[in-house]
Amino acid sequence: MGAQKKRAAAAAAAARVSEDPDDLARQPLQAILLADSFTTKFRPITLERPKVLLPLVNVPMINYTLAWLEAAGVAEVFVFCCAHSKQVIDYLENSEWFSQPNFTVKTIESHNIISAGDALRLIYEQNVIHGDFVLISGDTVSNMSLTQALQEHKERKKKDNNAVMTMIIKKSKPSPITRQSRLGTDELFMAIDPNTKQLLYYEDKADHSKGTICLDKMLLAENPSISLHNDKQDCYIDICSPEVLSLFTDNFDYQHLRRHFVKGLLLDDIMGYKIFTHEIHSSYAARIDNYRSYDIVSKDIIQRWTYPYVPDVKFCGNRATKLERRGICFTAFNSEIEQSRSAQVGSFTVIGYGTKIGSNSKISDSVIGEGCTIGSNVLIEGSYIWDNVIIEDGCELRHVIVCDGVIMKAGAVLKPGVVLSFKVVIGERFVVPAYSKVSLLQQPTVHDSDEELEYADNSSGTVEFSSIQGTADQSNGEMTSESSEAHKPKLGTGGVGYIWSICEGGQEEEWRHSVAPIPEDKLTELSEAMDDDQELVTQDRTALSTSGELISDSNASEGDDNEDSKDDSVYFEKEVEATFLRAVEENVKVDHVILEVNSLRLSYNMTSADCAGAVFYSMMKLAIKTPHSSASELQQNTANIITTWQKLLKSYLLEIDEEIEIILKFEEMCLESAKEFSPLFARILHILYDKDILQEDAILRWADEKEGADESDKVFVRQSEKFIQWLREASEEED
Amino acid sequence: EVPKALLPVANRPVLSYVLEQLELSNIKDLIVVVEGADAALRVGGWISAAYVDRLHVEVATVPEDVGTAGALRAIAHHLTAKDVLVVSGDLVSDVPPGAVTAAHRRHDAVVTAMICSVPVSGLSEAGSSGAKDKTKKPGRYNIIGMDPTKQFLLHIATGAELEKDTRIRKSILRAVGQMDIRADLMDAHMYAFNRSVLQEVLDQKDKFQSLKQDVLPYLVRSQLKSEILINGAPQGQQAKENGNDKVSYRILANASTPSFHELYALGPNGSAPVRRTHKCCVYIASNSKYCVRLNSIQAFMDINRDVIGEANHLSGYNFSAQNNIIHPSAELGSKTTVGPHCMLGEGSQMGDKCSVKRSVIGRHCRIGSNVKVVNSVVMNHVTIGDGCSIQGSVICSNAQLQERVALKDCQVGQGYVVSAGCEYKGESLARKEK
Repeated sequence: MGAQKKRAAAAAAAARVSEDPDDLARQPLQAILLADSFTTKFRPITLERPKVLLPLVNVPMINYTLAWLEAAGVAEVFVFCCAHSKQVIDYLENSEWFSQPNFTVKTIESHNIISAGDALRLIYEQNVIHGDFVLISGDTVSNMSLTQALQEHKERKKKDNNAVMTMIIKKSKPSPITRQSRLGTDELFMAIDPNTKQLLYYEDKADHSKGTICLDKMLLAENPSISLHNDKQDCYIDICSPEVLSLFTDNFDYQHLRRHFVKGLLLDDIMGYKIFTHEIHSSYAARIDNYRSYDIVSKDIIQRWTYPYVPDVKFCGNRATKLERRGICFTAFNSEIEQSRSAQVGSFTVIGYGTKIGSNSKISDSVIGEGCTIGSNVLIEGSYIWDNVIIEDGCELRHVIVCDGVIMKAGAVLKPGVVLSFKVVIGERFVVPAYSKVSLLQQPTVHDSDEELEYADNSSGTVEFSSIQGTADQSNGEMTSESSEAHKPKLGTGGVGYIWSICEGGQEEEWRHSVAPIPEDKLTELSEAMDDDQELVTQDRTALSTSGELISDSNASEGDDNEDSKDDSVYFEKEVEATFLRAVEENVKVDHVILEVNSLRLSYNMTSADCAGAVFYSMMKLAIKTPHSSASELQQNTANIITTWQKLLKSYLLEIDEEIEIILKFEEMCLESAKEFSPLFARILHILYDKDILQEDAILRWADEKEGADESDKVFVRQSEKFIQWLREASEEED
Repeated sequence: EVPKALLPVANRPVLSYVLEQLELSNIKDLIVVVEGADAALRVGGWISAAYVDRLHVEVATVPEDVGTAGALRAIAHHLTAKDVLVVSGDLVSDVPPGAVTAAHRRHDAVVTAMICSVPVSGLSEAGSSGAKDKTKKPGRYNIIGMDPTKQFLLHIATGAELEKDTRIRKSILRAVGQMDIRADLMDAHMYAFNRSVLQEVLDQKDKFQSLKQDVLPYLVRSQLKSEILINGAPQGQQAKENGNDKVSYRILANASTPSFHELYALGPNGSAPVRRTHKCCVYIASNSKYCVRLNSIQAFMDINRDVIGEANHLSGYNFSAQNNIIHPSAELGSKTTVGPHCMLGEGSQMGDKCSVKRSVIGRHCRIGSNVKVVNSVVMNHVTIGDGCSIQGSVICSNAQLQERVALKDCQVGQGYVVSAGCEYKGESLARKEK
């Protein structure tokens, strides 16, 4: 690694020495193409076939990307394959890509990679990137020219060695109602310096609950003028300097390109690395991130926005089709189509080789692959039908995706948003409900909403698949004949496949990313929600302003700050509780728990009083969760837990203040979260005293402190009056 | 001791600059609001003497410490026209108020604020005393967010908010798509308000004290979700002025053109006709215009210097070939030089071997021999003894400097006597201290 760094440094130095810009340009341009998106948005299809090989207007997506890279002057492409790597490599080997002049495609294969970050780290180790490179994923369609962006990137780099990346962006205003762009991606907020085009702020996956964008004051101190954009779309095409790879290696926790890497660089002011943007105006660039963008990009291709990568122009990997003019729109036809006279094929439709269309069928705004058989009286609208699909008479398909080898028996209906994965069979007259996903493979049962695992799932999908594939194929016949109880009712008579249940939380999001247009009622619902939103914002704002001038303003902001720190302490408490519960379950040694809590304390910057409070809180929580029938049982449980874990608690009770903190915490719990304790307050206090967790000083000081408090606050002091009295007397006696 | 509005800038009260600009824009009916009865009397006296036949001026008095919003509340019943222009009395500017009102009416806005660039150059050129400022960053007065066409005001942060992280509401950003945020502009305290809206806001929010810090941010915040009724039937227009001696004007001008906002229906606020919105506009003064508020001693000196220097078209005097103004009745001793960017008032006398650089000297001053005056403002009837040296200082009226006094970056109060041979640096000397 050191050697490479040196080499990179030497190369950079050489570049700076040589004034001739041509010299720089002559360095062959490299590209890294990630043939895995590390997401699960295209499931269940991607369980069987990698995303980059999915046909987009009858051409595998990766061809669009590769064709563009070739045209943009890239000399060498490293295709990084992960999930289904064998399929990708096989495909590439059989394609013409390996035999192009002046354009080398090399594959890098890995199976244990779970994120883009890991992929880039691996590529760094392979030491194949020597200069600026284009980082792109294999599902990007573009026809932009890289020359200008590249030139800008190089010039910036010459002036400022920290300018490591240029992001391509494009104007695209998200709908204010759905808050997502045309491509179905979440709205994106960016702050860009209008003069230098430096990216200063990046927020995707916007937190809808937060109504404001918070710009650091330093940002404005350094840049007198900033443009905030909500109307730009990230094309996910990046021109990177070789440093980017080493940055990934240095920061092993960078996984996601945008969420971690870009944000990491923007926040990190020590290294001072900068990211710039390049806006394209007339050319096309879009990434297929979900079903909706699949739909939109397909339409753009048919409508020729992506020229020259359109159905009727031959580029690598497709066969040129004939265009027929229909009114002002185009419909692409292949010569070898058997079409019944009475079939109506509408505008913006592409139909592949060897497809047969029966009489009285209507097809519009759709893409139909090769070798399909479509019966008569079939209605197909806005749908994507891949190769060798058999659709029997009288089926209706609206806004759906149908993968290879699907059989739809007569009269079956697909509601909008349905996705049928490979070789699914839909029974006669069966109606597949909207937004359902049907696959021969069962839905992976382990569903972790944890974001990190989103990536992991996919690669494990590979393994899962390879084991299942064989059985699935073999058992295919069996399954049909078996027609097990579970399937039959699901997909109708003779149906084969599983309807995936929509995982919780995903349900409301389903319509956002589906191929189907957003239903009207959703739109009205959302716009109403937006109104409410607005109201909320102004309401709390006005509440703030009616109360007055500067003073209340600063008060409010203090409140904000408090909230922040409160948030922190809440998180801290939760973490401690989780740690503690795990310790209880797994019988972790007390010393280890102390160590873990200490590290939490450091990372959240908490005092040991906070730790004591949090640990005590978790202990009490555990006590309350342990099943109990009566108050005395609860008391017994508490006593047991305190006895077991007293060492842990004591390790944070260095001073009397912490002990008081515990009493206060306990009081708070009794009042709020764990009212069951309130009758036991005095007794548990006694237990704590007996176990030497609380000293009498602490209890007495607490009682003293409470002396002046409100009546409502004194409930527990009252309750433990006897005990306190006893303590006082005891200490007097000692004296 | 002198109301701020009457502080002399190039030997004219600062208020006169505002009044002149308004007069140029044909805004002639005005209300001058002054805090405190005493000050009101003096301002009123001066105005009636100077503008008796040219402008229709009412002088209104409001109690002290009511703030700019309070002042407007107090005189609200005087206002009748549809639109009201509110200007601070200490604004020295050559931006035509007419342009601001025009922008306001064109968009049928609720409020239009004039925004100018922060006077960076002015401060850093402030000679010896300015050296300090050079090392500082240019001051930040406001953080202003505008739409890309720079016509609408979308976000404004003032005062204490500047020290915090800027929070920008996403809802407005969604509506606009792109927002330009500038930290190098400032609110010049010249606003055009829709009168009925202004009165409604002032009535409803009785805690609002300042236009700049309360009313304007409130209007900007609520522009997508308007809570105010826009019902101002055009009755004629009105302009009004306000400052720390809040001045306000009232005009009967040509009938307004109410249908203009239809053209802007596609503006950021027009996009959602279901929701009530109102427009907040900005008028950005071009960089070549001069626009400074007299709100500190430093600003006072800067303005004095600029008005006789680079912004001399404001002063209304004719400059001599040496780029300075020496009143014909002023007497200069032998070998006394008055440099460029200087002004010497009527009836002032200077002894031998004096030198004056980049300074303003008022009327009827008596200045001895061997006196150096650099980067300073000397008001009327000041006596300066022989051998004095004055740098970067302000000497108020009737003050007396005895022999060989050396002042640097000082302020000398009215009627104060500086005894012979004293040297002061960076102090303010006033009678009470004696």
